Amino acid sequence: MEKTILEVENLRIRYGGAPTDAVRGVSFTLGRERLGIVGESGSGKSTVGRALLRLLPGATITADRLRFAELDLPSLSEKEMLKVRGRRMSMILQDPKFSLNPIRRVGDQVAETYLRHFRCSKAEARDKALAMLEAVKIRDSKRVYDQYPHEISGGMGQRVMIAMMLLADPDLVIADEPTSALDVTVRLQVLNILDGLVRDRGIGLIMISHDLNLVRNFCDRVLIMYAGRIVETLAAADLDKAKHPYTRGLLAAQPRIGGGRAPLAVLDRRPEWLEEIA
Amino acid sequence: MSLRRIRFYGAAGQIGTIAVTLLGLLLLTFFIGRLMPADPVRAIVGEDATRETYEQVYRSLGLDRPLWEQFFYYLGDVFTGNFGTSIRTGQPVIQDILHVMPATIELATFAILIGAGLGVPLGVLAAVNKDRWPDHVVRVFSLFGHSMPIFWTGMIALIVFYAHLGLVGGSGRMDQFYIGLVEERTGFLLIDSLVAGEMDVFWSAVNHIILPAALLGYSSSAYITRMTRSFMLDQLGQEYVTTARVKGLSRSQTIWQHAFINIRVQLVTIIALAYGSLLEGAVLIETVFAWPGFGQYLTSNLITGDMNAVMTCVLIVGIIFIGLNLLSDVLYRIFDPRTR
Repeated sequence: MEKTILEVENLRIRYGGAPTDAVRGVSFTLGRERLGIVGESGSGKSTVGRALLRLLPGATITADRLRFAELDLPSLSEKEMLKVRGRRMSMILQDPKFSLNPIRRVGDQVAETYLRHFRCSKAEARDKALAMLEAVKIRDSKRVYDQYPHEISGGMGQRVMIAMMLLADPDLVIADEPTSALDVTVRLQVLNILDGLVRDRGIGLIMISHDLNLVRNFCDRVLIMYAGRIVETLAAADLDKAKHPYTRGLLAAQPRIGGGRAPLAVLDRRPEWLEEIA
Repeated sequence: MSLRRIRFYGAAGQIGTIAVTLLGLLLLTFFIGRLMPADPVRAIVGEDATRETYEQVYRSLGLDRPLWEQFFYYLGDVFTGNFGTSIRTGQPVIQDILHVMPATIELATFAILIGAGLGVPLGVLAAVNKDRWPDHVVRVFSLFGHSMPIFWTGMIALIVFYAHLGLVGGSGRMDQFYIGLVEERTGFLLIDSLVAGEMDVFWSAVNHIILPAALLGYSSSAYITRMTRSFMLDQLGQEYVTTARVKGLSRSQTIWQHAFINIRVQLVTIIALAYGSLLEGAVLIETVFAWPGFGQYLTSNLITGDMNAVMTCVLIVGIIFIGLNLLSDVLYRIFDPRTR
């Protein structure tokens, strides 16, 4: 970790009208590394990602410290945030079937990121987008550029999404379950492309997932979240040595090839986990 | 199958559908003509005709032949443009209709422009500000438009804007003074007066159309607003909207360049339908404003039992709707790549 790009201290998020905070005092830092955030549905992992981009309408976000590179995120105006989103920080969404605009050409949607952030002609943006489509290993980039989302496969769609979000060369990319909607066979392909680009360009990556194996293989560090809190932070390689009973429970609940037909362990959630902070 | 061939079959299927719908429509109008209690023979010969005269006319109308044969005669008449003579006016029905239709088309077109021009932006505004005050204001505004009886608002508007403020022309299509001044070419007064270079007549016509069109537009905007709001809410909840925001697009860019273009298809459909019901004629407004349009014509024919005219009117309304459906299908294909 050469340089810290993100510092989060005591982040609290409450949705409008909710009785309690969805995220309750989360703190972590991120360098030019790949950080995994794992947890069950509703643990607040996606909420953290969207809060960083300030894309949680109606939610109240407070933090003792929320620094992104040289920027103090809470103090930025919406207008300043427009220059951060897409340009400095972006996010890869889950399912390209829904996250691409169905009636606009795929390539134009990619080029839009560039047009939004750089002064350039449409032709220039098109060239940039084509080059980026090739960088995510789309062979027939000229043809794909003019296709509509319903004409391309899920794996292709997710590569387009990656191209769109990396085009402006951001410092930080949040990948919100980037492969949950894909077939197992293309999952690895897409992850390898993302991983390669993130490493080559020195981009910080936050990988939000509930797939422990994926996080183990593609991340340097892992945060385990439960009920809006981080219960444990580990190096990805040490995931098996996790101490917290929740993490151990998650690991035990994974099916294994050759593991026999015995019923999988069921998480037993203890109320005291709600209060402790790792 | 090649794309071109798919398109060809798509178009052929469409033409087939239209043909079937049209046939069904003709069957309907034919049976309306036959089943209505009005006696077409009696309407022609009058109450005190002799039995022989009655029989003669009965036969000359072909009413002694089997029903299916009569239907084919009717089909033949329709396709040769023979819709019979109106008993009420003594003129060919088609000529009467060509005379009243432009007045209604003019009014309906003006009204739908106002209705859509008002309804669509208001619907978007309400959706974007869901459950906040602009949403409530818009909802109340369109509820008024929807629920106030238009003959009443029509009269109130005439009293206020015409009688008291003198901002607009009163009833009729133009000031009395100008009637007959412009030669009728298309029947569209706004066009005819422009072609003739009679600017005074043109402005008088604009003055007269603006109030009834605004009232009709306001009442149809209620529906358009409500639908736009719900279409838009649907889209704003989609993931691609988040994608656009993540890319750095502003809220308004996202709304107009991403979400709005996705509701165009649905908008076209409902606006076409609203336009269709305006073209059917707005009897109440036409009556209040003494507008010599299709609605008034249809109503007086129904009252006098002028079946030739009624059948033709029903047929025309049906054809208008078939045409508008076709138009929205075509626009569908243009706006949505998934249907190509």
